[in-house]
Amino acid sequence: MTNEQKSILVGLGTCGISVGAEKVFSSLEKEVSNLNLTENIHVKRTGCQGFCQQEPIVVIEPEGFFYTKVNPDDAVEIAHSILLGGKPLERLFYREPITGKPIPHYRDIPFYSKQERILLKNCGKIDPEDIDDYLTVGGYQALRKALLEMTPEEIILEVKGSGLRGLGGAGFPTGLKWEACRRTTCEEKYVICNADEGDPGAFQDRSVMEGNPHSVLEGMIIAGYATGARNGLIYVRAEYPLAVKRLKIAIEQARQNRFLGGHILGSEVDFDIEIFQGAGAFVCGESTALVRSIEGKRGRPKPMPRARTTEIGLWNRPTLLNNVKSFANIPLIISNGSEWFAQKGTEKSKGTAIFSLTGKVVNCGLIEVPMGINLRKIIYDIGGGIPGGKALKAVQTGGPSGGCIPADMIDTPVDFDSLTKIGSIMGSGGMVVMDEDTCMVDVARYFLDFTRRESCGQCVPCRLGTKQMFEILDDITKGEGRPEDMDLLIELGEAIRRSSICGLGRTAPNPVLTTLRYFRDEYEAHIYEKRCPSGVCRVRKGSD
Amino acid sequence: MEEELLEEILASYRGDRGELVPILQEVQDNLGYLPEKSMVDIAKFIGVPESHVYSVASFYAQFRLLPLGRKRIAVCRGTACHIRGAPQILNRIEKTIGLKEGETSDDLEYTLETVACFGCCALAPCIRVNMDVVGEMTSEKVDELFPPVIEGVKNDQ
Repeated sequence: MTNEQKSILVGLGTCGISVGAEKVFSSLEKEVSNLNLTENIHVKRTGCQGFCQQEPIVVIEPEGFFYTKVNPDDAVEIAHSILLGGKPLERLFYREPITGKPIPHYRDIPFYSKQERILLKNCGKIDPEDIDDYLTVGGYQALRKALLEMTPEEIILEVKGSGLRGLGGAGFPTGLKWEACRRTTCEEKYVICNADEGDPGAFQDRSVMEGNPHSVLEGMIIAGYATGARNGLIYVRAEYPLAVKRLKIAIEQARQNRFLGGHILGSEVDFDIEIFQGAGAFVCGESTALVRSIEGKRGRPKPMPRARTTEIGLWNRPTLLNNVKSFANIPLIISNGSEWFAQKGTEKSKGTAIFSLTGKVVNCGLIEVPMGINLRKIIYDIGGGIPGGKALKAVQTGGPSGGCIPADMIDTPVDFDSLTKIGSIMGSGGMVVMDEDTCMVDVARYFLDFTRRESCGQCVPCRLGTKQMFEILDDITKGEGRPEDMDLLIELGEAIRRSSICGLGRTAPNPVLTTLRYFRDEYEAHIYEKRCPSGVCRVRKGSD
Repeated sequence: MEEELLEEILASYRGDRGELVPILQEVQDNLGYLPEKSMVDIAKFIGVPESHVYSVASFYAQFRLLPLGRKRIAVCRGTACHIRGAPQILNRIEKTIGLKEGETSDDLEYTLETVACFGCCALAPCIRVNMDVVGEMTSEKVDELFPPVIEGVKNDQ
């Protein structure tokens, strides 16, 4: 019998659950109770551990043994391995892909050891459905400090000093937004968390909400105090039911603990949070469209020129709108100070960046790295390179608004400005790795198919322009492209970029323009030789 | 029965404009889709023209104006899924159950849809059957999950 307290952590994010983690969890619970060990061994639900591809993942603490691809049938052996004299299960260890060498502890796995996990530190460690677990890792201490020791002005100064920039994609300085909202004189204001993570290929906001929902709430409450808002709202997309469930639980527990509601922590501050579920529209990630959809309207962006949302937002009241990760960073900044945060990252992009690393890369999952790290380190050191000995072709960042970065530019640092310079964007954090078997024309077609469907239809350049671009790309992939199509795509792309109302239209041509810039030979092969060099497209003539 | 259910749902709302989307979501959660009659009643309840309710219901991808099948299959069209074979998975499902994207079988057994992204990208390609996401899909898994329907006569959305 063991007399030491141990925990068996089971990653129960959407990714883990999709490959059977719930069954693993319940069979572990059952086994531990069969052995009468519930006193000593805590089978704990956690959010995403980050290494989604190895799910279901089970971690044994305090040792830090890391078991991958666990089966419900492994529960008996896992439970016994924890008993006194039990040995860790080597067969479930993560194996170094090339040498096949087992690595027992997660801290030694390159996927983890090469990251810098600050925001994600407690994701996959704490039980997201238990506020006490958040409190034991220092949760709500920042709120206490902010409310009881700081003035709103001091908080804003701290956020400004940290250099935090909006992590929803646009990179607007968070502190300035807060200041603008604070300055408005209106009695009623709103704080909204934008959790409408619509970029296909991005799931970091979902993971933060599922894995550490209280960190988001804590950041929002501090924002409410700093800006003078009493109403908070989290706008979550309907495709994330588990995030909604865990946020609801978190809000309820925060209310019970007096972190939400009236006179928070005995102060004069009132603040409460509600959840609004988006109904499936990519364009609602745009601030004015999001606001309109909460107001019960079609989610169509307001045309420029228009007042900023910080002045005229939801129900025409000043509204502070920040991304999930931006809010989750706030408790860290308040607790550790702006200087601590500003030390990380580059001169103009502070802190860390979280990416959903997916596609043709050995280690898929959720990663957190300091701003300014280069793509090579992400793909090869953390991502473990390209599977099957294939060659890297491109990296796509920023989803449908971003671009494809060619393999020979992977020494580019990852920060807001460097990525913009080469035609892509930081975006909300999707990073899809593409290998030699990925056809770049097909990728461009794929994204335009997406934006064409998601265009709200309000302005002509976006509604008709994206459709035109899609049809031309579709023709090219079928072998029906004409040589002049390439110039036409550029001309159309530039026109859509200049004349669309909102960010959706203005960035929609990026995937086409970057692939034309860096992979023109692939377009030419489809058009002149009626051939898809990657063997993806069903080109009418000459395909193999 | 539908009317009683609708009344019950509306009773928990105040009738503010901002409640439109949540009401539509709750009605759809309970009835599976938004019957025309329910939209008319909701318009009255909130005090907006019927056309406004229809325009909102038809704008958002989540809302359905026709009944759905008992098994709702959603194939993820996310980027990671796309480059890891989602088009082939969709194709396979289409052939197996005899429906195209956006269609519901006449016997209301299946509805086949695609969604932008579940955010389950590391386990691409993935699909969702009702509420359950299934990752790392293969053609074999498609055959296991969906025994073929005899006559997939369809009901275009």
